Amino acid sequence: MMSLESIPIQAFLLVSSALFCIGIWGLLNSRNAVRVLMSIELMLNAVNINLMAFSSYIDNNLIQGQVFTIFVITVAAAEAAVGLAILLSLYRNRVTVDMESFNLLKW
Amino acid sequence: MSIAITTQIICFTILSLVILIGALGVVLLESIVYSAFLLGGVFMSVAGIYLLLNASFVAAAQVLVYVGAVNVLIIFAIMLVNKKEDLKPINDIKFRRIISTSICLTLLSLLIRVDLTNVWSLSSPQNSIGEESTIRIGEHLFSDYLLPFEVASVLLLMAMIGAIVLARRDVMSKDISTGLPVDQELIEKSSEPLLTNKN
Repeated sequence: MMSLESIPIQAFLLVSSALFCIGIWGLLNSRNAVRVLMSIELMLNAVNINLMAFSSYIDNNLIQGQVFTIFVITVAAAEAAVGLAILLSLYRNRVTVDMESFNLLKW
Repeated sequence: MSIAITTQIICFTILSLVILIGALGVVLLESIVYSAFLLGGVFMSVAGIYLLLNASFVAAAQVLVYVGAVNVLIIFAIMLVNKKEDLKPINDIKFRRIISTSICLTLLSLLIRVDLTNVWSLSSPQNSIGEESTIRIGEHLFSDYLLPFEVASVLLLMAMIGAIVLARRDVMSKDISTGLPVDQELIEKSSEPLLTNKN
């Protein structure tokens, strides 16, 4: 058995890719609007894992990837707050959270 | 990192299994409440992955912001909008499922191929700064990332005001349609929806 010095970066990248694809699947297939927001959070977390892995393995002196991760976490928090507020407003107007019934922009 | 490599591999395997199974549960489970709590577990495991990558500050920020704020916000939103409704069936749901699943699998295979075949120019792990990463992040935030840092604070303020404006109920002294004074009570009453579903 090959002796490893550390976990290969490919392992982190594979976990992140799988998490991103699960997020996309949930985004496309959910009918509950809250679950769509959760899928977006999953995708943002996958991107963050990628940034952190590259920051630790390639740029481990000037850790700029970690700074980017902090900014992504900030934007994700803002996005979740505004997204859930929009969802509450939609629910108040349409009395449903079914994604299929939000069809006002369909032509 | 001073942990032995075997321990690291065991921790990484457990954490990634929790992440992937939890994410599948978030997407696939029928009950949205279970999904929300599983999402909290996924966020905690991602924080554990950050700890494995020598980033204790980002792991703490992940726990504080994601588990402490975003997940609690999602659970509150579920409590506010949780209504049992039987969804209308879509007639071409099978077709949609097949297309979306194939798109996701294609993207996954593409990403896996890129991950495994590309040759990453890894730097030597000797010059890792390790525990000094918090100091380095602070230096970055107040020197070369100062403008994005300030813009992020403005963004948070805008998000806060926007969320309040979007989610609040309009408080008016008298009803628009009838002209009668409105009783300002905190208890939510059933009201006519503004836009009813026409079809």
